[in-house]
Amino acid sequence: MNNNPKQQITDPALSNTLSLNPQPNNGNKLPKVKKVEKDTAAKFMATLVAILAGLIVGLLIMIISRPYEALPSFYTLIGGWMLLPSQGLTGIGNWLGSLAPVLMTGLAVGFAFKTGLFNIGASGQFTMGMFFALLIAILLKDIPGPWLWMLACLGGILGGALWGLVPGLTKAFFNVNEVITCIMMNYIGMYTVNELIRRIPGLYDGSRNLTARIGENAFNPTIGLRYIFRNSSIDIAFVIAILLAIFIYFVLNKTILGYELKACGLNREAARYGGISEKRAITISFLIAGGLAGLGGAFMILASGADLTYVGPNAGYGFGSGTHYSIAEVILNEGFDGIAIALLGQSNPIGIIFSTLFVTFIKRGGNTIQIYGFKPEIIDIIVAVIVYFSAFALLIGGIITRVKKKRNDKLAFQENVVPPTPSDPSIVDVDKIIIKTGGD
Amino acid sequence: MPFFEAILKVLNGSLIFAVPLLIVALGGMFAEKSGVVNIALEGIMVFGSFFGVIFIRVMQESTNINPQILIVLALLVSALFGMLFSSLLALSAINLKADQTIGGTALNMFAPAFTIYIARAISGTLDPTAPDSKNIPFSPEFQIRKIPVLGDIPIIGDIIFKDVFITTYIGIILIVVAWFIIRKTRFGLRLSACGEHPQAADSLGVNVYRYRWSGVLISGALAGIGGLVFVVTSSVSFTGTVTGYGFLAIAVLIFGQWKPTRILMAALFFGLMKSFAFKYTLFPFLETVNIGWFFKMLPFIATILVLIFTSKKSRSPKSSGVPYDMGKR
Repeated sequence: MNNNPKQQITDPALSNTLSLNPQPNNGNKLPKVKKVEKDTAAKFMATLVAILAGLIVGLLIMIISRPYEALPSFYTLIGGWMLLPSQGLTGIGNWLGSLAPVLMTGLAVGFAFKTGLFNIGASGQFTMGMFFALLIAILLKDIPGPWLWMLACLGGILGGALWGLVPGLTKAFFNVNEVITCIMMNYIGMYTVNELIRRIPGLYDGSRNLTARIGENAFNPTIGLRYIFRNSSIDIAFVIAILLAIFIYFVLNKTILGYELKACGLNREAARYGGISEKRAITISFLIAGGLAGLGGAFMILASGADLTYVGPNAGYGFGSGTHYSIAEVILNEGFDGIAIALLGQSNPIGIIFSTLFVTFIKRGGNTIQIYGFKPEIIDIIVAVIVYFSAFALLIGGIITRVKKKRNDKLAFQENVVPPTPSDPSIVDVDKIIIKTGGD
Repeated sequence: MPFFEAILKVLNGSLIFAVPLLIVALGGMFAEKSGVVNIALEGIMVFGSFFGVIFIRVMQESTNINPQILIVLALLVSALFGMLFSSLLALSAINLKADQTIGGTALNMFAPAFTIYIARAISGTLDPTAPDSKNIPFSPEFQIRKIPVLGDIPIIGDIIFKDVFITTYIGIILIVVAWFIIRKTRFGLRLSACGEHPQAADSLGVNVYRYRWSGVLISGALAGIGGLVFVVTSSVSFTGTVTGYGFLAIAVLIFGQWKPTRILMAALFFGLMKSFAFKYTLFPFLETVNIGWFFKMLPFIATILVLIFTSKKSRSPKSSGVPYDMGKR
């Protein structure tokens, strides 16, 4: 797409480094293409290793705690739950219905990872988004139908972005470690939201220590999905979240903005040298990440839940009684699940869709194995072990890439060709950036 | 004079809140001085305190042991399990050179899940009336009403020697020892060298991996101790959380700029904020304004502000968070 012939330089030695073409024409394409394929394979293998490790640890703990029920419940956990009579299409609908909030936090963490930032503050951004959506849904409750819902979602994005802005700005302008600011913002957000919910009239249901019920006009529309997945909690958020993941994939891979953000993530100094404003990139990255997490919070609080009480001809197709946020001094788990999901998906938005499907799938299984006397915390254990192994999984991938690189370099040397563009992706990107500014 | 008494109560409370923060922040200091960011302090606190509470519970039911001796023994149990748990972080961060923040986050996720899983599984045998509870209660018999003689000293006696826990004095001993180790011993100076410039330390024959392992294990032991101190002094049961105290301790560490004496000051300041958040109603003129929540989050806001103002000349160990690769000397 950037193949502008005017900017191609004729000197073949220079064209390696100075071409705008994403795949430089250096007569030695073959190893490069191979390398990309194997990188993906290596990453995928690393992910599988992490998942396997998590499941094995989970199984071991289950065997130790209840040896006789361990195997059947493990089978239920990893997929057997779908065949249970109580589940079926309803169970699948509930599984897909639980996807949207964590997919959004997963994207929020993964997007920031791409810019080299660790957004451990997705929980705070999620909570803020939840609060803003709740505020709009209750204070403006007279606005009709989907408009109120849209406004509440926009409010969620705004609230999350606002909370993401703090670590973004402090990182960009004062070089403050974003991990620490994010953790602090999680707690500041939790205390602020809890207090505001208690103080603003109409938001708080004191008798149950929960947020008040939201009107039907603010619920996530079900767009007919519940005619397929009857009695389930699936709604439009599922569709939007997946479309957004695909959209983020395009932003990261096909736009100048995504390119600049990734360049900053790969090598900040080099990106700055290439004329990218790292301050701008860091701020924007956190703003978008915060907005994504905030929308996840909005999806969570605006979810109507399954309609199980209404009996009649149209039973199972409508809204349930809504979801609530309970006022407790606890940081919401969705943000931490987002970290696991982003790591498992290797920060690739499409990968994140699949890792969210996996994590929510076993969470669903974790809820069903309570019939065997197991506690659902087993899933949190499995997810934590997966995160632990993902930390080296990136490393395993790195080792494989390094070995490949050495072999490729050797190959190039043997063929007496000028070594191709350095296979370290950061260097390739930087070279492209230099030209981009030169061409302006 | 109720106003004066209220001030004494708040100061007394701030000491109780400050001690676990102090101990855990010292733990964080040892890890960071050696070059490993220990973001898992929260998880290690939960993990350590869980086994400490189990130990207390078992001993309280089976023996008639003196509570002060019991708590010291339980602290050792917590330290041991904290150390065990932190070895997972050391393994991933030092030997496998994994991302330290991700490894720490995994530990933070694992500890509450694992301990609550066990707590819920065994709660039926502990207390048949609450079969599915994630709480492990113990009988709170550790508070000392008044230290003889010393408790009679005006003001100071009211703050430090009345309604205290033995853990307060353990915390004071620990900070002195920590200061001495970091500043005055060969071990401490070499540990700091590994966090500042591991390549230089290695070139002088210091085994960087071994020192980093020591740093992380010491931090695990201290975090385990701090976790149990927090649970015993602020609650009557283990509940699967230490309510963000591990992260607050990281804030104390930054606030204290990685120096033991300043860490003490920072912990006292944070303790004061916490104490005020819970006890401001003792002041008659504040009874009606609900400001506890603000003082609860003030330490977090203050930390961000301090980070903004000190980021240009931060005293954090230079190589903290960077895995040491011997091949890259």
